[in-house]
Amino acid sequence: MGALTSGPIRRPRGRLRRVFVEAASVALVAVLLLWSLTPVYNMLLIALDPDEGDIEFEGIIWPPDPSLHSFHTVFTQGYWLVADFWRQLGNSFFIAVVTMVLTVVIGALASFALSRMRMRHGWWLVNAPLLTYAVPASFLVIPFSRLMVSYGLTNSLWAIVVANVTFATPYAILILRQYAALIPIELDEAARVDGASPVQILRRVYLPLMAPALAAVGTFALLLAWNEYLYQYVLLSSTRNMTVAVAIAQFFNTDESPWNYMMATALIYSLPPIVIFYALRRYIASGLTRGAIKG
Amino acid sequence: MSSVEQVLAGPGVSRRLRRAPWHGRLHGSERAWALAFLAPYAAVFLAFVVYPVAYGLWMARDPSLYGELIANPLYARTVVNTALYVGLGVNVMMFLALLLSGFFMRRRWWIKALLPVFILPWALPAIPAFVSFHWMLIGEEGLINSLLALLGVQGPLWFHDRRLAVASNVVAYMWKWMPFWTLTFLAGRTAIPQEIYEAADVDGAGGFRRFAHVILPLLGNLYLVCTLLCTLWTIGDFTTVALVSEGAPAYSSDVLATLGFHYSFEAAQPSLGVAAVLSALPVLIPITILLMRALETREVQL
Repeated sequence: MGALTSGPIRRPRGRLRRVFVEAASVALVAVLLLWSLTPVYNMLLIALDPDEGDIEFEGIIWPPDPSLHSFHTVFTQGYWLVADFWRQLGNSFFIAVVTMVLTVVIGALASFALSRMRMRHGWWLVNAPLLTYAVPASFLVIPFSRLMVSYGLTNSLWAIVVANVTFATPYAILILRQYAALIPIELDEAARVDGASPVQILRRVYLPLMAPALAAVGTFALLLAWNEYLYQYVLLSSTRNMTVAVAIAQFFNTDESPWNYMMATALIYSLPPIVIFYALRRYIASGLTRGAIKG
Repeated sequence: MSSVEQVLAGPGVSRRLRRAPWHGRLHGSERAWALAFLAPYAAVFLAFVVYPVAYGLWMARDPSLYGELIANPLYARTVVNTALYVGLGVNVMMFLALLLSGFFMRRRWWIKALLPVFILPWALPAIPAFVSFHWMLIGEEGLINSLLALLGVQGPLWFHDRRLAVASNVVAYMWKWMPFWTLTFLAGRTAIPQEIYEAADVDGAGGFRRFAHVILPLLGNLYLVCTLLCTLWTIGDFTTVALVSEGAPAYSSDVLATLGFHYSFEAAQPSLGVAAVLSALPVLIPITILLMRALETREVQL
């Protein structure tokens, strides 16, 4: 390193090469747009079809007679499979929000203790959360459902919440610890010299500086809860305690199969996380791995 | 990106930050506080990780269960499927995500405008996304075959062939999770000080040479950590296969997670189901240890 030229070296083929690079970029953008949007378009295509229970879409890439009828049916709960839609959406919200709050609180406390306070057996404490991922969530669903019986949480939304929190916190602690390593420890030391207690340092120094990472981790937990399906399917049995995710899958279990209602439900269910996600987007990318390459 | 991070990210990629935060060991009330801060997580860990794992191991303690699994050709095929699903899904996805993160570093407004669309699959919940994939591919009426028909091509029956079914699952999985890892690498790349890029530029290291000599050494460990983490998550992935191919044709595109589910809930053999999934432990534990080691390597050598 250390050539003294001021700027990139221009080659004679430079212009042709630049044109080629731009053209390739445009092509890649087009491909990525198609890639990202095709499944979403497919949902719209089926949801906009007014014909109940029909999926004879041979050669059709645009709904022949688009209508918002299926959305209306879902909103007004006008079909037996969506009869509890609003309540189920409320359940999904409850699970997602409580999961997010608990993950952020537990993760913030644990990461503060692990990254800012020197503990004995630190290595084990730091790595224990990662052990959770040695046995994936889906592998534990059977023992977990049996335990929920003994904890008295059968058919309870709290069972889903604790499952989500269990599998979201290790990643949260990992991300928060890496981010915390970027905050100069001198800040803590200065506060400590001034007589601040650990709780005050946590509140006044740590949490404000960690805000972007906390937002990222919170969004991660929220999306995890909204993505989760297996535990909700296994642990929630009654229609009223069901979530929208399970309700969507219920459509596969009947013979009537009004797929347009299912896709309309799916689209409505997709909106809340998308809104929250884009609202918090500027934190997420940076919060996720700001510390990753420097630890 | 907030200003706090810009300040914190700063230069000094190899700065050492592993000093003892609190001088010496903790004493008295501080030690009590540290334990109090850890207590909620410790409770979750014991009640919902240690206990279920121990319970699962206890359920699957009978050695004859494993003999039964090995004797079943369905199990062997599922292991192969899982290896294919994880091997392709993780590695192809991570490599593409690494390349795409470089693409999104380009300063063009239309590339910047693409990013919010590109990360839509990550924001979209898994159930609707995979149900949509299922309908795009099913039968002769799905969107993909309809599009192919426009081009005069007769599309295959995607879920009537084991290889096509596994490939469909892999593609759906990549579609859902590639944005997440692309964003992760993008954040890693933006954390590389601009001066390093400029120095490489001055030295005439463009394109491939910059990738090999600048990006890879700096992002190597991040790539390793992400790949290991993603491998663990993918081995445990249930939703994709359960909803996209549904194991069709005839359970032949199942992975371990869905096979365990079939055994437990459809065949009413929960112990066998738990044994089937826990048979992946000899693979999962070394990966977890590697992950821990990779996270120990917290510095990048410049």
